Amino acid sequence: MSATAPERAGAPATSGSSGTAARVAAALAGVPHTLVHPADGMVSLEIETAAVNEVMSRLRDRAGFDSNTFVTAVDRFPDEPRFIVLWQFLSTTHNDRVRVQTRVPGDAPHVPTITHLWIGTAYFERECYDMFGIRFDGHAGLKRLLMPDGYEHHPLRKDFPHQGIEPDRLYREWDNRRRERSPLRTESQT
Amino acid sequence: MGSLKPADAHATDEGFFVTQLDWLVNWGRKNSMWPMPLGLSCCGIELMAMIGPKFDIARFGAEAARFSPRQCDVMIVAGTLTWKMAEAARLIYDQMPDPKWVVAMGVCSSSGGMYDSYSVVQGIDMILPVDVYVPGCPPRPDAVIDALMKLQKKIERERPFQLLLQGDVVGEYDQGTKRFLRAPNHAVPTTRSHEVLPPEGNPRSKA
Repeated sequence: MSATAPERAGAPATSGSSGTAARVAAALAGVPHTLVHPADGMVSLEIETAAVNEVMSRLRDRAGFDSNTFVTAVDRFPDEPRFIVLWQFLSTTHNDRVRVQTRVPGDAPHVPTITHLWIGTAYFERECYDMFGIRFDGHAGLKRLLMPDGYEHHPLRKDFPHQGIEPDRLYREWDNRRRERSPLRTESQT
Repeated sequence: MGSLKPADAHATDEGFFVTQLDWLVNWGRKNSMWPMPLGLSCCGIELMAMIGPKFDIARFGAEAARFSPRQCDVMIVAGTLTWKMAEAARLIYDQMPDPKWVVAMGVCSSSGGMYDSYSVVQGIDMILPVDVYVPGCPPRPDAVIDALMKLQKKIERERPFQLLLQGDVVGEYDQGTKRFLRAPNHAVPTTRSHEVLPPEGNPRSKA
């Protein structure tokens, strides 16, 4: 690698988070949002759940955040509102990041999808749904990503025991179906 | 580590013909154990090293790692078995022709290891009859070679023809489908198997 990164044409050299914050504030003029100041110093916004589509499309089109790096959630059980849904965006032209968060209640949590803005977000939203049970309204194929289909729980919720709740249930059901179909395969008939 | 009893310790009141046939069959079986490499995580790397030229399990007749279960004798479960993968592992085991054996390589497959977790099978003996357990995270190839040699000694102690002549043990035979339910040497499920342990006895089954 060369010692200095090549300059991108038209990319203003941003230093620190002040340039990012100003750019984000300009892009979101007129949309209610709150700046929060997390310990890591990243530019972070808290928005209303209803404003997700507006904020995300402005961040993409006006502030140049062209990549969604992840979507996840924080479970604040037993506090309410229980979940904080987090999006993090990267601008490959300005080389900076922004984080957006919104709070959703613990009872049937759902937020709008942003897969129409970043198609790759579909996987992140599936994972978030799988692990936290947060539904993304408008997601075309919102099904489990890591856990098997038919699994009933959401493992990263705070009220989920880490050893699981009947972790072998799906396997046993599959095994019983298989044995009913073909009793030859059982190894212990005695 | 104590070694298993030699083969001739059991040859007391059996006939010459049967014991010699047993010896011949066991000699053939133990020296051509073709492994089914079920490399599920980092143990798979040690398994590759074991199969490769440096540790060379061809010395024990086990170098022919087949990726078709139809051609395998010993299934080496190397790594962390998740419940999602458990169905596939069980299917692979069922597709292997008898006689067949299972080696649990590494602590993950032996007991779940450090993954005391909702997604990991806490020991593959919950779904498979295991013959040899190999501790280690991952175990060195030497340890797995030791397991193979122990499995060879275990095979030496088997009595396939005696079981065949007894008839009753082989008697798990389905007249309707004309197929054996259970091979003569088929390993017995351990006490952790779900057939033996009632569901309410499993601490993980709490609702």
